[in-house]
Amino acid sequence: MAETEAHVQSIEVVVNGERRAAEVEPRMLLVHFLRGELGLTGTHIGCDTTSCGACTVLLDGVPIKSCTMFAVQASGRGVTTVEGLRRDGALHPIQQGFKEEHGLQCGFCTPGMMLVSAALLEENPNPSEEEIRWALSGNICRCTGYQNIVKAVHWAARTMQSEQASEGVESELAAEGAA
Amino acid sequence: MLDRLGEDGKVLAGGQSLIPLMKLRFAAPAALVDINRVPGLDQITEEGGGLRIGALVRHKACERSQVLRGRFGVLHDVAPLISDPIVRNLGTVAGSLAHADPQGDWASALLAAGAEVVARSAAGERTIPLDELLKGPFTTVLEPNEIVTEVRVPDPGSRAGGTYRKLERKVGDFATVGVAVHVSLADGSVARAGIALTAVGPINFRATAAEQALLDGGFGDEAIGAAARLAADAAEPRSDLRGSADYKRGVVRIFTERALHQVARSVRGEG
Ligand SMILES: Cc1cc2nc3c(=O)[nH]c(=O)nc-3n(C[C@H](O)[C@H](O)[C@H](O)COP(=O)(O)OP(=O)(O)OC[C@H]3O[C@@H](n4cnc5c(N)ncnc54)[C@H](O)[C@@H]3O)c2cc1C
Ligand code: FES
Ligand code: FES
Repeated sequence: MAETEAHVQSIEVVVNGERRAAEVEPRMLLVHFLRGELGLTGTHIGCDTTSCGACTVLLDGVPIKSCTMFAVQASGRGVTTVEGLRRDGALHPIQQGFKEEHGLQCGFCTPGMMLVSAALLEENPNPSEEEIRWALSGNICRCTGYQNIVKAVHWAARTMQSEQASEGVESELAAEGAA
Repeated sequence: MLDRLGEDGKVLAGGQSLIPLMKLRFAAPAALVDINRVPGLDQITEEGGGLRIGALVRHKACERSQVLRGRFGVLHDVAPLISDPIVRNLGTVAGSLAHADPQGDWASALLAAGAEVVARSAAGERTIPLDELLKGPFTTVLEPNEIVTEVRVPDPGSRAGGTYRKLERKVGDFATVGVAVHVSLADGSVARAGIALTAVGPINFRATAAEQALLDGGFGDEAIGAAARLAADAAEPRSDLRGSADYKRGVVRIFTERALHQVARSVRGEG
């Protein structure tokens, strides 16, 4: 059975907007591909047992645990890691929120927390405390006690909404100016 | 493909049970057949009053589905109680059944709802009632070359409801005890009753004596009390870190009673 012998497979994954082609063993986990092959060490390995959420990345925008998916499964799809959160050279509002509200201590859980939060805010721009805690219930933090993490997500939600509101006003003004 | 691989091949769906097992070397398949790119398997379809749940329907899709509310409430209520939100983005309903973990929640909810699975191999297709699918802990009657293509849930009639109660030590943990109930009324009496238990036996199973108590005694307080006691009698919990056997049996009784009262109120339109 030739196809069951160890062999490598060609994959192509769009990581943080960049097309990355590689030859990997089918058994390689996505997290090892990101950290080992691409050097994106912002994705952490906490438990390696699908329990802690430290390894969370976004697969086509959806949070998944990269320690529990093979790299070959991500081929042809888009992966966002914490390194890809920055927009136009500026911190993503969720990153600013964690900074402003002291949403981290050791920082080990933080990449996973921020990616899940960013995905939540895409879907639900104004989440309640309950909705934030529920969304983050797959991510474990041993340091903060979670209070400031929830505050950080609220901070980001407010900031993103006021950014959008001011963009709205600007485009209205521009439209009026053009009229 | 699975035909050729025999016992060495395994289907990979959400990977949320299989990959952890492979890491622990409890499973070491020589080859995986990834079904995630097979089109058309990710839909929940209403058909003839019942449901067809494709093999790639994730826990998250069930959590969000409007179709699963009301008459299929047991399926709607169980979904957000499975593991954590990130695992729910990938794990599948059909994968849970094939995995057959007696602490898994889907099998109970679907047993209560009277579901069956459609299994397909190169040789053909067969339908397996869920009562017959589960053989033992992590063991089903599926052949190595069979793939579950969908789960079918029968029409419960217009006046039906259900719910799932789960005791867990923390959010995202496996059940210490789980109870699924699903009841249909017709002409003022109980036409179908499904009560199934999680984590209190070698497999998920229906508490048939408790179901019979409702079929015979109706959906009043007395019959509900009797059904709850019979469900507790049917449970075979083991004492472990999560609690003693007696405690778990008590939880089965109380959860069954509360769940049935809740469903009785909702199918009578009392909210
Ligand atoms: C941390 C954690 C907590 C969890 N907590 C819970 C919980 O509280 N309750 C609960 O019910 N579950 C829980 N789970 C399990 C989770 O629900 C899994 O998603 C589920 O058990 C398996 O589904 P899957 O699609 O990921 O299957 P996979 O992992 O892909 O496969 C599991 C098994 O089923 C077989 N298989 C899968 N699909 C098919 C198919 N269509 N046909 C034939 N065989 C198939 C595979 O070959 C394999 O043997 C938890 C998992 C984790 C990691
Ligand atoms: S390292 Fe993946 S969940 Fe903990
Ligand atoms: S900040 Fe240390 S684990 Fe969360």
